[in-house]
Amino acid sequence: MSILKTESITKIYPGTRALDQISVEFESGKVHALIGKNGSGKSTLVKIFAGSVQPTEGSFYLDGEKMALHSPQDAIAKGIATVYQELSLVPGLSVAENILMGRLPMRGKVIDWKRTYQQAEELLDEYHVNIPAKEKVSGLSLWQCQMVEIVKAISMNPKVIMLDEPTSSLANHEIELLFDMIRELKKKDVIIIYISHKLQELWEIADTCTVLRDGTYIGRTVMRDTSHQDLVKMMFGDVEIKTRPDDLQVGEKVVLEIDGLTRKGCFQDVSFRVRENEIVGIAGMLGAGRTELLRSIFGADPFDGGRVIFEGEEITRPTPVKMKNRGFALTPEDRKQEGLIQMMSVAGNLCVASIEYLAKHKFIRRGKEKQYVARQIEELEIKVPDPSLPVSSLSGGNQQKVVVGNWLNTAPRIMFFDEPSRGIDVNAKQQIFQVIWEQSRKGISSIMVSSELEELLEVCHRILIMRQGTIAKEVFPEDVTVDELYALCMEQEEGAK
Amino acid sequence: MNKVNKIFQKHMMEMILLAICIVIAITAPGFFTVSNILGILRSAAFKGVIAFGMTMVIICGEIDLSISSTVAISGIIAGLVGRRLEAAGILPMETGIVLGIIVSVAICGLIGAFNGFLRTKFNIPTFIITLAMMNVLYGAAALLSGGFPLTGFPSWYNTIGAGNIAGIPVPAILLIIVFIIVHIIMTYTTFGRSVYAAGGNPEAARLSGVNVKKVKILVMVAVQALAAMGGIMCSSQVMSAAHNFGKGWEMDVIASVIIGGGSLNGGVGDVKGTFVGLIFLGVLLNGMTLMNVSEYVQYIVRGGLILMAVLINTIQLSRVSESK
Repeated sequence: MSILKTESITKIYPGTRALDQISVEFESGKVHALIGKNGSGKSTLVKIFAGSVQPTEGSFYLDGEKMALHSPQDAIAKGIATVYQELSLVPGLSVAENILMGRLPMRGKVIDWKRTYQQAEELLDEYHVNIPAKEKVSGLSLWQCQMVEIVKAISMNPKVIMLDEPTSSLANHEIELLFDMIRELKKKDVIIIYISHKLQELWEIADTCTVLRDGTYIGRTVMRDTSHQDLVKMMFGDVEIKTRPDDLQVGEKVVLEIDGLTRKGCFQDVSFRVRENEIVGIAGMLGAGRTELLRSIFGADPFDGGRVIFEGEEITRPTPVKMKNRGFALTPEDRKQEGLIQMMSVAGNLCVASIEYLAKHKFIRRGKEKQYVARQIEELEIKVPDPSLPVSSLSGGNQQKVVVGNWLNTAPRIMFFDEPSRGIDVNAKQQIFQVIWEQSRKGISSIMVSSELEELLEVCHRILIMRQGTIAKEVFPEDVTVDELYALCMEQEEGAK
Repeated sequence: MNKVNKIFQKHMMEMILLAICIVIAITAPGFFTVSNILGILRSAAFKGVIAFGMTMVIICGEIDLSISSTVAISGIIAGLVGRRLEAAGILPMETGIVLGIIVSVAICGLIGAFNGFLRTKFNIPTFIITLAMMNVLYGAAALLSGGFPLTGFPSWYNTIGAGNIAGIPVPAILLIIVFIIVHIIMTYTTFGRSVYAAGGNPEAARLSGVNVKKVKILVMVAVQALAAMGGIMCSSQVMSAAHNFGKGWEMDVIASVIIGGGSLNGGVGDVKGTFVGLIFLGVLLNGMTLMNVSEYVQYIVRGGLILMAVLINTIQLSRVSESK
C-alpha cells in the first residue's frame, strides 16, 4: 500500500494562478480519475508529479517521503512514471528494445538478445498484450504503441503511473483492450492516475474521481456513487453565461454554403450555411474534426468531395492564397507553429497576409504599412512598447491579437477563429470576443471553433455540434445550458457503448 | 551602462570584425595601398554577387551548394555558344559572346528552377538536392569543355572581370549594383517580405496566403542566375573557362552570409550583413596572404571564423527568445 499525497500545492505562472492550495490523496490499487475542463490545472498538477514543473508553494509526498523533483528523470527514479498522449517510442527499434531501453540485458560488452526478447515477451504476456517482441515499432498501429508505452512504464516497477488521455486516439474495441490491461495493473500495488476528458468511460475504469476547476480542488467522489450530472456540475460549477450584445443581428443573405464536404478520415458529408453578420460556433470533443473542417474550407488541407460556395459562386480547389483573395481569413489553433513568425517583428507579423494590399507595383508603401500596423495596435490594444520588437517577446494574449490583426488588415469578408482563446488571459479573451462582435456589426460573418463551451454560448448566434466527423445537431445558445451542450457533444460516444 | 552593454552585445560581431581588420591593416605590409584595396574589392566581387543571392536563399531557409559548379559551367556555356555561333557563321565571336552570356544565365536560372521544383514538389532538403547538383554540374562542365580550358574569348570580354571605369574595377561596380538591387528587393518589396516570412515559419506564411513554393523556387533561380554572373566575371578575368573554376567557393559564399548574421534556420539575415561578412573575409584572406601566412593555416582560420560567427549568432538569438 502506498500513498501519493499533496499538501497545499500552489503554482503561479505570470498572470495566473494555475493551482491554488491543492491538497489531494491517491492510494494504490485503485484507478483515480483526474478531471477538469481546459485551464482547470489538471495538466499542471500532472506535470508537477512528473517532475517537469516545480510548484511555487507546497509539496507532495510519496509514502511519506517528501518529493523534490528537478527533472522528469528524478520522477522516474522515485518511481513516478507518466505515459503521455504524444508517444515517445523510437520507431526504428523493436518492441523489446523500446521497452528495455537503457537497461538491455548484457553479456559482457554485447547485448544479450535472447534474454532481451525473453524479458520483453514475459512482460507483454503478463499484461495480455498480444504484440511480438521482435516487431519494429514503426510497423505498429497507434493503440499498439500506446500499449507498448504502458508496458515500458510498468516494467520499471513504478509506484505511481499516470496515464494522460490514453484513449483519445483509440477506437472502441481498442479501448476495451487497454482497460483490460489497466485492470491487470490494478492487481499490483500501484497508484494509477487516469486523466481523461471522456467522462463516460470513467465509470468503466475508474474507482474514484478528483475534480479540479480554475486551479482549485472541487472534490473527490467514488465513481459508483456518482452520476454523470454530478460530475458535470463539479466540472463546470454554476457558470454564469454572459450573453452577446443585443444589437448583433443575423442578416438574410447566405454568404457561405458548405455542401457535403468530405475529407476521408477527418469528416464526412458536412453541410451548413453561414449568413451575413452571423457568428457560427462549432462545438465538439477533441478529434471530432472541427479544426480539420475549417482548414479544408480555407484550402490549407485538401478535401475529397463536396462543394464550397461563397457568395453564390463555387470555389474549386481552394488554396490559402485563393481564399485570402476571396475574403477568407483563418486564425489557426496553434499560434506558435502556424500563426506567427516568431523571429519577425510585431509590425512584420501584422502585415504578412495583407502585404500585397499595401503595396503598389510590388513595392511596399512604407507610410501605409505604418498606418496598418498602428491601426491594429491601437484597435486591438496590443501591448508592445515598440512594433519593431520580435513578436516572441509578447504575452500569449497579445500574440493572439497580432494573429487576429494580421487578418483584420486584409479586410476579410468571413473569418474563421480556431480556438481563439487558448492560453490567453480573461481580458484578452474578452477583447477577442469584442473584435468578433465588431466584425459582425460591419457585416462580416465568423465561424468560431472552441473547446470552451461557455464561450461558444456567449459569443455565437448558432452552434453546430460535431461528433466523429459529422455535424450531429444544431442548437441556439438561448435554448441550451453548458451541461446540456456538453452532453450533446458527448452523446455519440455514450451511444456507442 | 546598461545601454552601452546592450549596444555592445547587439553589435559584438561587427566590433570583433572591425578590431581584426584594424590589426591586419596595421600589421600587414602594403595593405593600405589603393591597388591592394581595389584588389580586395575585385576578388570579393566574384563571390559577392553570389553571396547576395545566397542571402536570399538562406533567409528563405534553404541552401545552395551547387553554385561552385555553376561558376565553372556558366563561363563554359557562354564560350561554347559564342564559338558555335561563329562556326555556323551567324555571328562573330565579338557579338556572339553576348548571346552566350544571356543563354548561360538563362540555363543556370533553369537549373535553379529545377532545384526549387524538387524542393517544393517532393519536399527533399535543398542541402541534398544541391549537393547532388554540384557533382552533376561539375561533371557536365568537364564534359562540355572536354577537360581543357576553353579560350578564344574576344578581347572586350576581359573588361567584365578585369576592366576599370574611372579607375574603379568593373567587378566592384557590378558588385555594388547587385547589392543595391537585392537590398531593395529584400527591404522594399512584397517578394522580399515573403522570403522572410517563408523562411521564418513556412506553415504560418502559407496559412497567411503567401505562396511559399513560388517564393522558394524564385530564390533558388536567383542564386543560380547570380552564380552564372559570378562565373562569367571570373572567366572574363582570366579570359578562359574551365571546369575547375569556382571550386570551394560555396564555403566562402555561405560563410559571408553567416558571418553577416544569416541563420541557416531561415528567417534572419540581411544583405548589408552579408556585405560586411564579405569584405571582412576578403580583408582577412588578403591580409594573411600579405603576411605570408601559409594557405593551410588560412583554411583553419577561415573555418574557425565560421564557427565563431555561428556561435555568436546563436547566442544572440537565444537571448532574444529568452527575453520573452
